[in-house]
Amino acid sequence: MHKVVIPIGPQHPALKEPESFSVTLSGEKIMKFSARLGYNHRGIEKACEERTYIQDVYLTERICGICSHSHSTCFVQAVEEIAGADIPKRALYIRTLVGELERIHSHLLWLGVAGHEVGFDTLLMYTWRDREVVMDILAMLTGNRVNYGINTIGGVRRDVTAEQGKAILKAMDTLEERTNYYIQIATKETTLIQRLSGVGLLSNKDALKLGAVGPTARASGVDRDVRRDDPYAAYAEVKFKVITDNHNDVYGRTLVRVGELLETYKIIRQIIKKMPEGPLTVKVPRKIPAGEAVSRYEAPRGEDMHYVKSNGTEKPDRVKVRAPTLANIQTVAKMLEDRQLADLPIVIAAIDPCFSCTDRLTGIRHAGKRSKSVLKWEELHAYSIRHYREHGIDFAELNKKMRKALK
Amino acid sequence: MTKEESIQSELVKKFGALEGKTRIQRPRRIFTEAPPGSFREIFEYAIQKLGFVVLSTITGLDEGTTLGFMYHIAREDGIMLNIKVSVDRNNPVIKTITEYFPAADIYERELMDLLGAQVQGLPKATRYPLSDDWPADEYPLRKDWKKSTGSEAKNNA
Repeated sequence: MHKVVIPIGPQHPALKEPESFSVTLSGEKIMKFSARLGYNHRGIEKACEERTYIQDVYLTERICGICSHSHSTCFVQAVEEIAGADIPKRALYIRTLVGELERIHSHLLWLGVAGHEVGFDTLLMYTWRDREVVMDILAMLTGNRVNYGINTIGGVRRDVTAEQGKAILKAMDTLEERTNYYIQIATKETTLIQRLSGVGLLSNKDALKLGAVGPTARASGVDRDVRRDDPYAAYAEVKFKVITDNHNDVYGRTLVRVGELLETYKIIRQIIKKMPEGPLTVKVPRKIPAGEAVSRYEAPRGEDMHYVKSNGTEKPDRVKVRAPTLANIQTVAKMLEDRQLADLPIVIAAIDPCFSCTDRLTGIRHAGKRSKSVLKWEELHAYSIRHYREHGIDFAELNKKMRKALK
Repeated sequence: MTKEESIQSELVKKFGALEGKTRIQRPRRIFTEAPPGSFREIFEYAIQKLGFVVLSTITGLDEGTTLGFMYHIAREDGIMLNIKVSVDRNNPVIKTITEYFPAADIYERELMDLLGAQVQGLPKATRYPLSDDWPADEYPLRKDWKKSTGSEAKNNA
């Protein structure tokens, strides 16, 4: 049959972030799949070198909108190791707590997206409603739904009160009940099982060979989890199981994530119960002595890794980030081999990709050599006002009307 | 003797060049610097004989007169070995490690784009992560590359 190459992206209604896929089809069957990434490249690694360590905490937190705490924790851990700082236990517990709350929000978000991609939008509505429970908890603890700003070099910035602890435990009960319901759906609802089973197959051998991480790897029977294997924060002091599965497909990836949710509730209960009293921070000098460190963190999508090199000044010499999606995206081509085009959305969604994380680093607002000018922010602002006015929309007028109506 | 110490002593015993260049920074973190000539042998030995079967990533470093490439490999028990190899900045040639880790492909392309590494043995493919019209001789993670020397400044000039 004649082969057709279909480009998907970088701008496409079905994609949540810019990335570009090129799919070679024979009929409905996928013959070849390749991805072109880099569209979210913002120059964060270079930018880190030009900023102080404390500014970089906030910058790394903004690598990703979902696993923001993962990146900032991974970064501060490396800096603290070089500085030789002994972080107070209570701070480590609070980091672990926020990290696990983040995992709940990420996994529930994923479950909703997965439901949506297979046309099961009721699941999307349910899981995203329940996700609000954990978002409220995060907002209560940190003041923000995302980008929590809880980490600082040397500890954490906010304490957790006893009342907040009680509210968290109550929320865990609600979420556990809901998660058990989702497990029931995942194991009994035949339409869902049949839609996900055998889709996006990744054998154990291929998962190992291609370096898959996180739930994507664990659903192919790879028993790896940084929280257990290379413990950081307070993970050495809590008990939990690493969930693995041998379905090797999208169905397995679903089971792993809902299973992990239950383990996360267990971790959070232990954290609240065992959280020691004490200070929240230790003082770390602004200038970090010369050295280097590698920090690993089990983000919701898998292993996140930061390498930091210092040179004795208040700015790092090098910051390197490897987010989990970059490790997992390479498995997608394998998963799609010989599959139907209709499976593509759920297979890509099943690695829970995050291209903002993946494309974190380098380079300024690059306008390309061929373009003649670069718009400054004020120019862009003025241009948009002019554009809308030419199309009959005047925000100044609208604002006046609105203010009048509100009176 | 801890596991880390036995790995260190085994490496030093097998490869004399690593003597005095290997350090255990903390539990589960070993750093070492390999001479370019024997890097591949050491790397292969670590994977095949010492159980470092996970590749986390490769970090590229601009060290002034040399470019450093640090390979972060880990074992199932969480011990991570960070092997650095430094090559001449004016002729930064390294060989691909995709025969050991096929996933290294994208990490190596990143080194090519951002630091100007020349990776031998990689097939031709689309670049990552810079845009297709990024100038060929500009490597943003090199220390002498500043925003003001980049193409944005040239466009504004």
